[in-house]
Amino acid sequence: MLQAETIELKDDIDSNRGAKGSFDVRSLVRWESGLGIVLIASLIIGTVASPQFLTSANFFNIGLSVGDIAIMALPLTLIVISGEIDLSVASILGLSSSLLGFLWIHGWPIQLIIPVVLIDGAILGFINGFLVTKLGLPSLAVTIGTLTLYRGIALILLGSNIVSNFPASYTTIGVNPIPGTPLPWSVGIFLILALIFGVVAHFTPLGRSIFAIGSNSEAAAYSGIKVKQIKMRLYILSGVVCSLAGILFTFRLATAEYDNATGLELNAVSIVLLAGVSIFGGRGTIIGVVLAAATVGAIGNALLLANFPQQAMGLINGGLLLISVFVPNARELFGRLRGHYARRRLVGLRRG
Amino acid sequence: MTLIEQNSQSNPSNSGSSVELVPSGASKFTSLVFRAREFGIFGILFIFVLLTTAIKPRFLAGQNIKFILIDTTIFALLALGETMVVVSKNVDLSIGSILGLSAFVSSNLYQQFHHVSIVFVFAVGIGIGLVLGVVNGVLIAFGRVPSLVVTLASLYIFRGLDVLIVGGRQVVASSLPSNFLSVTSASFGAIPIISIVVAIVVFGGAYYLKNYRSGRDLYAIGSSEQAAGLVGIPIAKRVFTAFAISGAIAGLAGVIWASYYGTIDSTAGTGYEFTVVTAVVVGGVAIFGGSGSAIGAAIGALLLNTINSSLYVLGVSAFWDQAISGLLLILAIALDRGIGLYLAKSLRKRSSRVAS
Repeated sequence: MLQAETIELKDDIDSNRGAKGSFDVRSLVRWESGLGIVLIASLIIGTVASPQFLTSANFFNIGLSVGDIAIMALPLTLIVISGEIDLSVASILGLSSSLLGFLWIHGWPIQLIIPVVLIDGAILGFINGFLVTKLGLPSLAVTIGTLTLYRGIALILLGSNIVSNFPASYTTIGVNPIPGTPLPWSVGIFLILALIFGVVAHFTPLGRSIFAIGSNSEAAAYSGIKVKQIKMRLYILSGVVCSLAGILFTFRLATAEYDNATGLELNAVSIVLLAGVSIFGGRGTIIGVVLAAATVGAIGNALLLANFPQQAMGLINGGLLLISVFVPNARELFGRLRGHYARRRLVGLRRG
Repeated sequence: MTLIEQNSQSNPSNSGSSVELVPSGASKFTSLVFRAREFGIFGILFIFVLLTTAIKPRFLAGQNIKFILIDTTIFALLALGETMVVVSKNVDLSIGSILGLSAFVSSNLYQQFHHVSIVFVFAVGIGIGLVLGVVNGVLIAFGRVPSLVVTLASLYIFRGLDVLIVGGRQVVASSLPSNFLSVTSASFGAIPIISIVVAIVVFGGAYYLKNYRSGRDLYAIGSSEQAAGLVGIPIAKRVFTAFAISGAIAGLAGVIWASYYGTIDSTAGTGYEFTVVTAVVVGGVAIFGGSGSAIGAAIGALLLNTINSSLYVLGVSAFWDQAISGLLLILAIALDRGIGLYLAKSLRKRSSRVAS
């Protein structure tokens, strides 16, 4: 009997370590290498499926298709690690895009519009943060509310107008890569941001605090971490970064309309979860987000080249998402089953 | 670490939890306050209707009422299923996709087979919903994966299936028989018959949730999954059933949707999940489980549709509609939070008075 309990206890410790996460290097390495294998597999499948796949023009296309979503996924990752969620990211993108278009048709110069849009993003993020931290409302409900609200404001701002006469020197980012590379500007910016986010999340006290909040926010508060303040700043950060994504999105399509990026919040969330970030907070890595974004982009593009209907791509996104939550869970389920059977066998042995 | 622990950890802001500790008379008091909440929404609805009618009397014309009611019927039905899921501290984001799949496949039967019975069409729609709901339920209740993630994934997957099945095709109203279209067009005065039927279903569902043991269990699970497990409630079974029923209801809503709109392609019901969650929360169902009623959710749906229609009648640009419903959702949860804090405070006062 004593032995059986020891086994159970050990199981508990194992799964606890998995959940607390950021310290368990082993499981993280496993998750990221798994993602890496999936990425390589999708690259191979893409290459076999179409000779166009491994061309620099196509790399540009892949980058363009996921760049903005991947940028939104970065601050979202930190928010999810801290145990909250932000579903309003794509609406912030859409509102920023609309504001950009609105100010442009009212004759503002682009150099002035860009900082205004970024400040606007900060305000939108602040509203989310205020409702979540100051009023203590559940972030899921709050950001479903602001998802609708911000999109609604975008609609009021632009109505059914489509603004598309932006100067070519800006819209070039949708056609031409960063000189000397096959990468579009959005991917370049994503990689720089990912580097900054990665360093902050994994190598600074602030990053540690974010993980601590997600693991156990009460314990974090008692150990002197300013939980509310950090969450508030994460939401503001998310607002600014999403409005930056909105600027890039607008220029690359050379179009500002109110429903730009509608529904992309779900793509951003699925990249974050595919990256191995726990929906309960406390676990995840930025490198995972980079790999997940690349995987989603590569698979989507390979299927596109294989003439798979583009609207049905959700099938793949959803499937990946399910696999990504089931694989770690399966290990836990398996562990629990093993403990169960070991216990039974012991009981059987004693009886025999 | 079990799912239960993780769940309770992920949302420390559940203000209702302190309520159960207080004995007797208090429960009457809490139910009174929450009923006041339902009356509150009804009051807002009433004021809205009154103001709009005062400015534009044609708001209460028969045809307009009919439009509002049929739209509400579809959302109130979806809100019933969503309420069952949300009171158990889960969420179902896949209902829009289930509705779309069911709407196309069921109405497309008329193009494939002539003289197919309308009962069969409804059965197919509900059946599709049930199967998809069961898939959700198995993954969530037995696979122990959070419902937000599973239904986010199935939102994509079911829509993807829909696109693969539908392709570029479309069901058009002219291919549908008149008895199928009359499901939503038949009315009793200004009130569509389908709305009466659905109202009865919603009342039945709300009664079941409030008064039957398996219904009460869902509230218990939503209040505290750990406590529910300790008193022997079969959590997995109940949560599974809630998702299966929510799916079946979305399937039924899909057939009604097809009958009402007549033109069905692969985009039917896109984005409905957020509207329904908004209706449910505006109707007083706490997003983190444990309280609220299906009737409140239906009134929430009615309120959203009424506002939508009154903006149109008043000549306010329809562009304002989204912003208003988003704002309404935020106000509703802020109000709930306020009520929760007030309740906790006044209950503490009451119990200290009893003690002294």
